[in-house]
Amino acid sequence: MSESRQRIWAPAVILVVLLVLWESVVTAFGIQQFLLPKPSAIVGNLVQVVALDGSSEGREEGEELSLENRFFVVLPADISPEMITTIEESRWLAFSLFGRKFFVLRGGNLTPILAASWFTLKEALGGMAMGTIAGIAVAIAAARWAAAREALLPFAIAANSMPIIAFAPIMNNWFGIDNPFSKMSIVTIMIFFPIMINTVRGLVSVDASALELMRSYAASDSEILIKLRVPNALPFLFSGLKVAGALAMIGAIVGEYFGGPRIALGVFITQEASLFRFASAWAAIFVACLIGIAIYLVVLLAERLALPWHTAFRT
Amino acid sequence: MSSPVVSLENVDKIFGEGASDQVHALKEIDLQVEQNEFISLIGPSGCGKSTLLRIVGNLIQPTTGVVTINGKSARQARLDQDYGIVFQAATLYDWRTVAKNVQLPLELMQFSRTEKERRTQAMLELVELSDFAGHYPWQLSGGMQQRVAIARALSFEPSILLMDEPFGALDEMTRERLNLELLNIWRQTETTVLFVTHSITEAVFLSTRVIVMSARPGRISADITVDLPQPRNAETRSNVRFFELETAVREALRLSEAGHHPEVERA
Repeated sequence: MSESRQRIWAPAVILVVLLVLWESVVTAFGIQQFLLPKPSAIVGNLVQVVALDGSSEGREEGEELSLENRFFVVLPADISPEMITTIEESRWLAFSLFGRKFFVLRGGNLTPILAASWFTLKEALGGMAMGTIAGIAVAIAAARWAAAREALLPFAIAANSMPIIAFAPIMNNWFGIDNPFSKMSIVTIMIFFPIMINTVRGLVSVDASALELMRSYAASDSEILIKLRVPNALPFLFSGLKVAGALAMIGAIVGEYFGGPRIALGVFITQEASLFRFASAWAAIFVACLIGIAIYLVVLLAERLALPWHTAFRT
Repeated sequence: MSSPVVSLENVDKIFGEGASDQVHALKEIDLQVEQNEFISLIGPSGCGKSTLLRIVGNLIQPTTGVVTINGKSARQARLDQDYGIVFQAATLYDWRTVAKNVQLPLELMQFSRTEKERRTQAMLELVELSDFAGHYPWQLSGGMQQRVAIARALSFEPSILLMDEPFGALDEMTRERLNLELLNIWRQTETTVLFVTHSITEAVFLSTRVIVMSARPGRISADITVDLPQPRNAETRSNVRFFELETAVREALRLSEAGHHPEVERA
């Protein structure tokens, strides 16, 4: 129990320390936001906290009050009704603390970033599904026919070390720049090889005496496949899927760097960067990272549920 | 007289091709095994006893000679699922629980659901593992895993049980206990057993007949009938006849090796 708590807390503390360090270094050295925005400015695109201060004393007359995209904003209590409406409209949460009113708001770029992430996630998952199905199908064929395996595997291994992302402009050209299928096909090709190579290994590396046992029961080839080879290959397939999950988001986003519909995450990032809105570009990258981690965790969870007997989960 | 369960006539096995790579594993093996016999195959390592077992089980083909099982070819006997096999490693499937491992052959042989469950339960009772039906193999000790393997081999009532050093990797205490359990099971199920072992004590204690083999090429050098009373139990091991038979097997093993090293006999 304490060990598992430590496993969560230790990295969490390091994360907070790094963020504080980042924030203070950028502030202390006055680093320009186009070089490196502050973490608070990045997060401010997604979430904002507004505090209403008791009075407007000490403020300059006519100072413009705005939310911009800062993470933490202090406003005088007597702000204009229009401002109050703006706050109320994007409000998630309101609470009082130490006699002050606090509001947690949706950040100004949250909606476009989430929409773009959803679009890109669909591309990544679509490609992942197609690549996985194709990889498994070819792996089963390769495991079934030794001749096919020996002919195919060298190409598969060679192809696995190629920079497949370099084909992105070609795919955009084939399927149309705005067609999500162009990104899905890049992801499919990227994912196909790790899935297939891993699955073939799992299907083939079966214990010799486990096979003899099956033969002594006069089991057919398809029974051996279903009852022995496939279960044996599952842990290998899941290690392939973990690699594939990371590759899927990379493939989709980098594919979009070469062009895509305005709603795509990769396009959003390039556009914001070209307009010198680096904080929102960083915010989009941050969300992309979270999605990548989420895919990995989902694969991990599925593995745990599917393989309760596996070595990694023995306690 | 009924026809033998296992009949080997003039069986030879040569591995490899080309004069330099060839290994003459078995030579001129003749062996008849009757219904409900318990036969041990013993001999120095590399004498081909495991090969012989696999030839009987149709897992490898003899180079020459005829193998007849229950009056048919070994291949037909395998297709008819006449064999239950236990290896030195339990060879349980990691992803199946104990009960599901025992059920594996029953699934392949399309037993009905109720029959599968009935037999699995009966088999686990036989090897005293009923409480572990839902466990995975890695949660079991080596001896328990081997008992699951035995339950699996017996679940479909094969007419022949082929055992390749099934207790070879276990400690002495566990081995002796499992020896008794195996004899118990053998009495209850009336299967014919072919048992490969390295241990003279184990061979004499378990068998009705001990087949002693010599190495390279493997041949049968002695066929010793074990006339110890049945049922055997812990006291059997202190029987005078038990020691005499142990000595006889040890002597036969020594002679079979001496046959290949004439200088030993001269010394």
